[in-house]
Amino acid sequence: MTKNITCIVCPKGCKITVEHNNGEIINVDGYTCKRGYSYACDETIDPKRTITTTMKNIYGATVSVKTDKPIKKGLMFECMKVINSTVVKFPVHIGDILIKNILDTDVNIVATSNAYLWK
Amino acid sequence: MKSNVDLVIIGGGPAGMSAAVSAYESGIRDILILERDSSLGGILQQCIHNGFGLHKFNEELTGPEYAWKYEEKVRKLEIPFKLNTMVLEINKDKQVTAINSEDGIFTIQAKAIILAMGCRERPKGALNISGSRPAGIFTAGTAQKFVNMKGYMPGKNVVILGSGDIGLIMARRMTLEGAKVKAVCELMPYSGGLERNIEQCLRDFDIPLKLSCTVAEIHGKDRLEGVTIASVDANRRIIPETKEYIECDTLLLSVGLLPENELTKSSGIEIDSITSGAFVNQDRETMIDGIFACGNVLHVHDLVDNVSEEAEIAGRASAEYIMHGNEKNIDISVKTDGRVRYSVPQKITRRDDTTLFFRVSNIYENVKIYVSHNGNEIFSKKKIKVAPGEMESILLKKACLEGINSGELILGLEVL
Repeated sequence: MTKNITCIVCPKGCKITVEHNNGEIINVDGYTCKRGYSYACDETIDPKRTITTTMKNIYGATVSVKTDKPIKKGLMFECMKVINSTVVKFPVHIGDILIKNILDTDVNIVATSNAYLWK
Repeated sequence: MKSNVDLVIIGGGPAGMSAAVSAYESGIRDILILERDSSLGGILQQCIHNGFGLHKFNEELTGPEYAWKYEEKVRKLEIPFKLNTMVLEINKDKQVTAINSEDGIFTIQAKAIILAMGCRERPKGALNISGSRPAGIFTAGTAQKFVNMKGYMPGKNVVILGSGDIGLIMARRMTLEGAKVKAVCELMPYSGGLERNIEQCLRDFDIPLKLSCTVAEIHGKDRLEGVTIASVDANRRIIPETKEYIECDTLLLSVGLLPENELTKSSGIEIDSITSGAFVNQDRETMIDGIFACGNVLHVHDLVDNVSEEAEIAGRASAEYIMHGNEKNIDISVKTDGRVRYSVPQKITRRDDTTLFFRVSNIYENVKIYVSHNGNEIFSKKKIKVAPGEMESILLKKACLEGINSGELILGLEVL
């Protein structure tokens, strides 16, 4: 089987072709870096995405967050539900783990902004 | 309140902060950043998605994380900045007049100024869509601010006009937060955004991208109720029989960015009608000595990494100007052939390795990018594909400019 992939690792957006047999990688073509190669393999076997979103803080404003690793693509909306039902306490620093091991995926939700600085 | 400052930087976004840091590192200590907003970071604060910094920091950062890297440096170096401060006027004598609630109106005499005001979104008024003007129509960046900074959703059923990156990013953002994005319409036959964003923001969520398509009519009185979309022909005229009604309560516009040059214009600095930014030389110095411009106020960039780098050039050059005055030993204009729409810089005033940044006017495949002087080719490079959505650059080595002191360089494209 052949899978055509547009790489999302960097702004170049390489067109990568993966030959595979039910998920067993046979050949990868068109990648221009190591990260692109491994993205193409992952995308064929088990697509994953980094989620970037916001969480509510106790004052009602937002704190921007992300998954510290890409999470299974199929779990994105379930992950959003958990994030949206959690409220963050101050202060928050970039890199703080706000939700540990979300949905038992070994992925953490970490802050990407410093909430104490925000108005 | 000091009335004399060596270097005043207008804007505390990625360009302003990077320029400040590089001017400091080049030996200037007397710096002041003036920022309109209540925090440093500029528009990066609302760009919570990732993909920033791959080039500059070799890691994938979100907007606020990228901004923080620079804010941390600014704070560590104790470079002074004033927040909530609006610059009202600058003039040729390098006097900056600004206002805030602590100092009132004040004027600072600078030795050099760096313009780093960024850009704005092209508004609906520029689009000429017929119909009423109900609530529910936002630029993509405004919607981004509502969702990411304020925690408000602008609507539930969304159509997006324009496929610029902010529009694509907002398509995903609104979808993740529970809205239904029904279509992204792009007037041109190609997307204005990056391939990766079409992949991860649209295809991941099965959001249709309709090329050569526009919003023809807006429906609804108090709140938007729907839009009529239609295909356009090669001359971008609406084809009436392709009209289609889509019910929606929100229309987001992602139809381009314009450098924010009100201050620049009022000071009499000459503006390039194509970039909508100032004419600059290789140092990003405008046609007024000692006034520099960098980042999106100069020309709209695709990547913040490039903004930071351009600001470093301006920062270094402003320091050089303050300490020694900039050496200018040649006077060459850089013109383009039309296939290449513009070049930054537009002038070369010193013989040195010079990188020309440019955009093309259409998608071209298998091309030769060339630079010529009086019909003699002094540089060429082949490229498989160029597109208007992606800024290109070439490095003109000092040796290429040997013997050229004045006149015009032509930067152009040949389709092979």
